[in-house]
Amino acid sequence: MSARTGSFVPRPGSAPMAQMVLAQARMESRLILRNGEQLLLAVVIPVIVLVGGVEGAKHVDLGLGGHRPVDVLAPGVLALAVMSTAFASLAIATGFERRYGVLKRLGTSPLPRTGLLAGKVGALLLVEVLQVVVIGAVALALGWRPSYSPAAVGSAVLFLLVGTAAFAGLGLLLAGTLRAEATLAAANLVYLLLLAAGAVVLPSSSYGDFGEVARWLPSGALGDGMRDAALSGVLDLRSLLTLAVWAVVGGALTGRTFRWE
Amino acid sequence: MPADPAVLVEGLQMRYGDTVAVAGMDLVVERGEIAAVLGPNGAGKTTTLETCEGYRRPQAGRVRVLGLDPVHQQRELLPRIGVMLQAGGAWSGVRAVEMLRHVAALHAHPLPVEDLVERLGLDECGRTPYRRLSGGQQQRLGLAMAVVGRPELVFVDEPTAGLDPAARRTTWALLEELRSDGVTVVLTTHYLDEAERLADRVHIIDHGRRIATGSPLELTRGGTHATIRLVVTEPFPPGAPESLRASLGPGTDVTAIDERSLVISGPADSTTLGTVSRWCEAQGVLPESLNLGQRTLEDVFLELTGRPLAAGADEAPSVTARPSASVVG
Repeated sequence: MSARTGSFVPRPGSAPMAQMVLAQARMESRLILRNGEQLLLAVVIPVIVLVGGVEGAKHVDLGLGGHRPVDVLAPGVLALAVMSTAFASLAIATGFERRYGVLKRLGTSPLPRTGLLAGKVGALLLVEVLQVVVIGAVALALGWRPSYSPAAVGSAVLFLLVGTAAFAGLGLLLAGTLRAEATLAAANLVYLLLLAAGAVVLPSSSYGDFGEVARWLPSGALGDGMRDAALSGVLDLRSLLTLAVWAVVGGALTGRTFRWE
Repeated sequence: MPADPAVLVEGLQMRYGDTVAVAGMDLVVERGEIAAVLGPNGAGKTTTLETCEGYRRPQAGRVRVLGLDPVHQQRELLPRIGVMLQAGGAWSGVRAVEMLRHVAALHAHPLPVEDLVERLGLDECGRTPYRRLSGGQQQRLGLAMAVVGRPELVFVDEPTAGLDPAARRTTWALLEELRSDGVTVVLTTHYLDEAERLADRVHIIDHGRRIATGSPLELTRGGTHATIRLVVTEPFPPGAPESLRASLGPGTDVTAIDERSLVISGPADSTTLGTVSRWCEAQGVLPESLNLGQRTLEDVFLELTGRPLAAGADEAPSVTARPSASVVG
C-alpha cells in the first residue's frame, strides 16, 4: 500500500480522561458565565437578597435570635447561591442540552457519561467558588464576621459539597424527565418556593411551626448547616445527614429516569 | 488489515410503538468505501444509523461496527467513529470554533482545528452563537465535529440537506478526500445526485428494508426496458400519463415523476420517439429535454417501488448550473 500523506488518515483515540473532564468543565463553566440569565441566578439575585435582607432587618424583626442580621443572612445567601447554581442553573442548562442534541452529540464522543457528569460537577464547583468570593466580599463589606476556625471552615465546605450533590441530583431529575420548557418553568418555580419558604436564607426557626417541615427540605438543611458553621463553628450532623439522604435519593432517581434525548 | 467489514447489519428490526421503522435490514459496508443509504424520508435510514452508533439497542438482529458491538463495546468503538447528526448537537450559546475545539479536546490526535475551520468556511461564523448560525453553517460544523477526531469510520446523516450548491460541493469534496485517505463513509441521503456522485455502493432502502445494492453504474445499467425521460417546460394537462400510454400502445409504461416530467419505459426506437413528439404537439406542451436510455437511480427506485423517490421528500437543491438568461415558459 502506498504511503498516505492526506490530512484525514485515521488516527483515532480518546484523550486521557482527566483532559476530557477538564475540557468539559471549562466549556460548561464558560457557557454559564456567558449566559445572562444564569449569571442573574448565580450572583445578582443572591446579592440582592443579602443586601435587601440586611437593610430590611433594620426595620422588621426577622426573628434571628439575637444574632446580627448579616451574620445570619450571609451563610444563608451562600446556601441560596448553591441552590441557584447546582439546582436551577444546572436543571435549565441540562434541559436545553437535551433539547438541542448536545447530550446526544457528546454521547458519540469519546467522553463517557461519568466523564460528562464529572465535567458538570467541575463547572458547578468553579462557578460556586466565584459566587463565594463575590457574595463573601459583599457580606464582609456589610460587616459579616464569620467564624474562621478550622471546624467552621471545614464544616461549611462539607455542606457546600453535599448540598451541591443534593441539588444537582434534583436538578438533573427535572432536566432528565421533563421537556426543556417545562424544566425551565419547574426549576424556577421550585427555586422561588424554596427561597420564600424553604428556610434557606432565614433559619428554619424563623418559620414557626412550618420550620419543622422546612428543616427537612434540602434548602433548610443546607441553610441551617451553613449558619451553624458560620455562626458557631458547629457541624450540624442532622442537617448533613438530611442533605446526604436527598443526595442519594435524587442521584438514584436520576440514574433510573434520566433520558439523554 | 482486519477482516471485519466496517458495518455489518443482519436482520435488524426496530419498532417504535406500532410503527415499524426497520423490518429485517441487512447491510454490509466494506472498509474504505463511501456507502450511500438511499431512501425516502421514513424509510428507516436514521434508525439504522443510530443503531450502528450505539444510540439504540437492536430489538432483533445483529449489528457490528468495525467488528464491535455498538452497545456492549461502546467505549471501545466511540473513539474510532465520527458521527454527524441530522440536526443540532451543539450548545445554543456556543461559537462554532469553540465547539469544534471542544470536540477536538476529547480526542487523542485531533486534526488541526484551524485547518478544518478554514476548509469548511467556518471562520465566517466568528463569534456568532450556534443558535444564530444559518442551517448551512450548522451542517458544516456538524461535519467538522464528525471528522475532527480522525475516525476510521464516519456516519453522516443527510450531510447536505439545506445546503446551497457551493456548500454541497465543498462537502462532497471533503467526503471524497476522506475516502482517499482511507476513511470509511456511511451517508444517508434522499438526493439521488449525491448518491450517484459519491457512492461506491448504493443501498436503496424502503419501508425499513434494503431492496437493492450495487454501484451506481451496476444499478443504472441494464434493466429490461430502455428508458426515456421527458421533461416539458410547463406542467402537463391532467391525465397525461394515461393519455401518452394509450398513444404508445402495449409494451410501454409511462410514470409521472412530477408535474413536468415523465418516464417512459419501453422500446427506445424512432417510432416511440415520433409518437412522443406528436403527443406533445397534440397536448400543446413543449419538450425541454428528452433523455434516452440513461437510467438514473431515480428510475431504479421507481421500478423497484412503483413510486418516485422525491415524493414527500424535501426539494433537492439544484446543482446543475443553468444559464442565468434561460427563458421560462
